[in-house]
Parts: sequence; structure tokens; C-alpha cells
Amino acid sequence: MPVGSVVEFANVTKRFGAVTAVDDLSFTVEPGRVTGFLGPNGAGKTTSLRILLGLVAATSGTATFGGVRYADLPHPLATVGSALEAASFHTGRTARNHLRVYAIGAGLPRDRADAVLHTVGLSDYADRRVGGYSLGMRQRLGLAFALLGDPGVLVLDEPINGLDPEGIKWIRGFLRELASEGRTVLVSSHLLSEVQQSVDDVVIIARGRLVHRGPLSSLETETAPQVVVDSPDRKALATALTDAGIRFTEGRTGLLAAEPDPGRVGHIAFVAGVELSVLHRQKSGLEDSFLALVGEGHAL
Amino acid sequence: MSGYLRSVAAEFTKVTTTRVWWVIAIVLFGYVAVLAGGLSGLFGAVHSGAIGAGAAGGQAPPPAQLPGLIYSFASSVGYVFPVLLGALAVTGEFRHQTLTPTFLAVPRRGRVLVAKLVTLIAFGAVLGVVALIASMGIGAVVLGALGVDPLLGDSATWALAGRSVLAMALWAAVGVGLGVLVPNQVASIVIVLAFTQFIEPLLRLASTFTDATAGIGRYLPGAASDALVGASFFSIAAPGASILEWWQGGLVLLAYAAVLTVIGYVVTWRRDVT
Repeated sequence: MPVGSVVEFANVTKRFGAVTAVDDLSFTVEPGRVTGFLGPNGAGKTTSLRILLGLVAATSGTATFGGVRYADLPHPLATVGSALEAASFHTGRTARNHLRVYAIGAGLPRDRADAVLHTVGLSDYADRRVGGYSLGMRQRLGLAFALLGDPGVLVLDEPINGLDPEGIKWIRGFLRELASEGRTVLVSSHLLSEVQQSVDDVVIIARGRLVHRGPLSSLETETAPQVVVDSPDRKALATALTDAGIRFTEGRTGLLAAEPDPGRVGHIAFVAGVELSVLHRQKSGLEDSFLALVGEGHAL
Repeated sequence: MSGYLRSVAAEFTKVTTTRVWWVIAIVLFGYVAVLAGGLSGLFGAVHSGAIGAGAAGGQAPPPAQLPGLIYSFASSVGYVFPVLLGALAVTGEFRHQTLTPTFLAVPRRGRVLVAKLVTLIAFGAVLGVVALIASMGIGAVVLGALGVDPLLGDSATWALAGRSVLAMALWAAVGVGLGVLVPNQVASIVIVLAFTQFIEPLLRLASTFTDATAGIGRYLPGAASDALVGASFFSIAAPGASILEWWQGGLVLLAYAAVLTVIGYVVTWRRDVT
């Protein structure tokens, strides 16, 4: 089983003329975990990933895999697999031939193209020209290209874009599986909600700068979490909360209590003899703190 | 397998897995076959007396030159096709954004470009063979039928055929150089057609008007190619034009390909792929 290496951005800066697309970006991505690379559109995610993959030259700084730049990797596709947002295919070529071309160039075994087409569920369409592929099929073919060398590191730019619900469910499970095998998985997205079910860590950038990094749970603790609570007798519940000194607002699904611990809210209701129908932590906390970090006006 | 061989194999597969190359080969075959068949019919008929010399062929080339002239149509009228194939092979990478997977699979960009050049030179030679099958196959049959010796047993005929294949191979390399210098596919095609069909023929004709310009005119790529092949319709139509040695013509053509490719490598190939 291929083992992932550590991906490291060290003070990476990229300027396009007067525009600074990536500004002194430094972070590491660990093997065995799925890392979400998040930020609004235009934050510099794709540029950062293209620098990492040697497609765009950084103005300064380095991005490496286990200390080695992409261009210096002896077996690039067998070390790093990547699928970039602008899926690039010659529309007149079949999917199998598309993969064969790059497998030959990278010196990979002949049967890899068929193997990865099977993995992503495109075996039945292997001999169809890519011009006839739907967006979802092209996403899968992009992923097949990433898997071609059975690499230890996967770099995927917006892999969920354009997938149907079944495909989204499949790729979430697949990313988890790849990480559990010890690979390094870096997935970019402009929507936290799109990846929050599959990522362990998050790296968040806005306007080319790093604004947050840490485990997914670190986003929860940084906001003022709330508990959603409701009762068949909402009036009695409101009284009990007021008596306990907990502020609340009335929401669509119940009362939104300004208290992080659902256990305490439950205890208060129990002591007051109020029956509960709903009691859980407010789930939108992650998205809220994400938006707060990147600046709401920039989240598209 | 070494890295260069793998890259050449990948570039070969790129060409054979899309339809462009054989569409170009078919059009090339048809174009050369019609011209070679038509003109060998016309001139052959003049020599055989079937039509009067005054009617169309008052200046019909002598029978000894006729087969070489007809056979050289393979490159003298067919050369635009390998240029197009070479230019499309490069500009297609930009147009379809396939430079991304290409450079991900082989992050050594210079190696990719060299592999492309080698591959397209080979396909240019293949197009040369296709064009010669058209010009020699059709031309020899028509000439023979009209009583003109097709000179198929003459070693000079086969040397000319060999030099035609070489010319077509070099023209494909020129196409690669043009494509990498002008990655916009439409612009590249317009330049190929405008230059080969219009600008260069005019320049060659104009250059024959004075001795000074004639010396320069023979270094034009089409003139160099005709010098390499050793016979052409153009040199008969404009007999004043001075001509390089065949090997000089080949070197001039090679120099065009090399200079265009090197400039293109610096200007576009090394740039950021976004």
C-alpha cells in the first residue's frame, strides 16, 4: 500500500503583475487524514495547488512532497495524483486512450488505465469519446487520472463539483477510504458544507492568505455554539430557561439557547419537569465560523 | 525504457488516438492525386500529340523532366499538410488544456517538446509516403498510359522520392515550431494557410525580379524545400529563381523548425499553465 508523504507549503507567494494571488502561504498536510483546503472563489486555492504541482511557478517560497518539489519527483504520477478543476481532456479521444497516453508517458503498467476506470465506475464508457461525457463523468475521469499511478498523495481541486447526489456520497466514502490506507488527501472546496462530512483537518485561506488551520472540530470551539431545544409545552420551557439565566431566541425548529452544552439545557428542563421533543447542538456553527473567517462578503 | 523514449511513445499515442492525422492524410492523398493525375494527363497528352501543343501545353516540360515534376507534387503542393498536423499537435494541447495532465505525467517540459518534435517528424514522413503514393502511383500510371516513360527504374526518381519524404518530415517540425510560438489554434492555422498559399509564393515571385533579392528569396522555406526535393512546379514557372543545393535546402528548413521551436519554448512552453 503506498504511503503518503507530508505536503508542505513554505512561504509560498505568487504575484500576477500587481495582483498578489497567494501571499506568504505556509502549512503542512499530514498523511492518513483528509484535509479540506477551503476558501471562497478567488481566494487562491487553485493557484496554490498549481504551484504545488509545478504547473505555475511561485514568485517565492516552495511547495514540496516530503521535501521534494514536484518537478524533481523521480516518479511523479506514482507519488502524487491530482485532479484539477479545469478538467482537461481532448474531446476527440476516448477515456481509455486519454489515460493510456499519460500512463505511457509516466512509465506506468499498461493495465492501469482499465483498473482506474473500473475504480471510478466508468468501465462501461471506456471507449466513448470524452466529448460525449457529462460533467459528472468528466469529474470521475479526472479522478481516474489522479489514481493512475496508485499514488500516496492525492490533490483534488473541487472534486465534488458537478457530481450527482449518488456520486457525492460515493466520493465522500472514497476519500475516507484513501486516507484510512495511509495516504495524504488534500481536497479543495469553496463550500465547507460540501466536504465537512469527509475531512479531518481544514486549511482555510482568504485573499491568498492563511486564515485558519487545524482539525475540523477547531472550527466549532471558535464560535459561540448554541443548543436547539424544543418542548410540546414551549412556554414552560421558555420559563425554565429564563429562570436558569440562559438567553434564547425563538427559531423555526424550537428555541435557540445561548449555551454550548446540551446536557445542561436538558438538566434544566428535567429539574423544571418540562418534557423535551428536541435537544441538540446547533449544526450550522461550522459554516458560520467558516464564513466569519473568510469574510462573509467574499463567500460565494 | 528511458524517459525520452517513454515521452516519444506517449506523444505517438496522442497522435494516433485522435482522428486528425488520418483526416489530414486522406485529404492530402486526394489533393495530390487529383493534381498529379490531372497534370500528368494534360502534359502527357501534349507529348503524345493527343492535344495540340498550342492548346494548353505550349510550354509543357520535356518528357525527361515530366515524371520528376509530377512526383514532386507530393511535397511541392502537399507540404502544407504536415505543417498543419504539426501545428495542430501543439495548439491542441493549449486549446484542450491537456498541457496540465501532460506536464503532470512528465514534469520535464523540454523533454515533452523534444518528444513532440521527434514524433511529428515521423508522422511528417508518413504523410510524405502517403503523398508519394498519390503522386507516383497516379502520375506513373497516367504518364505510362500516354506513352511517356514514368522513369520508375531510374535511381534519380527514387532519390527524389526519398528527399520528398525528408522534406515532409521537416515541414511537420516547422509546424510544431509554429504551433509552440503561436499557441492560439485559429491564429496558427490562419498563419499556415496565409503564408504557404499566398504570402510566400508572392515573395518568391517578387524576389526573382532583382539579383539581390533572388539571393534572399532562395532562403524562404518553400524555396528551401523545393531545393531539397530538387524539382518543382514553381522553379519551372519562375525559371529565373536561383536555387540552393539540396542539402542546403534541407538545413535551411531544419533551421526554420529549430529557431521557431526554441523561441516558442522560451515564449510560451515554459509559461505558467493555468
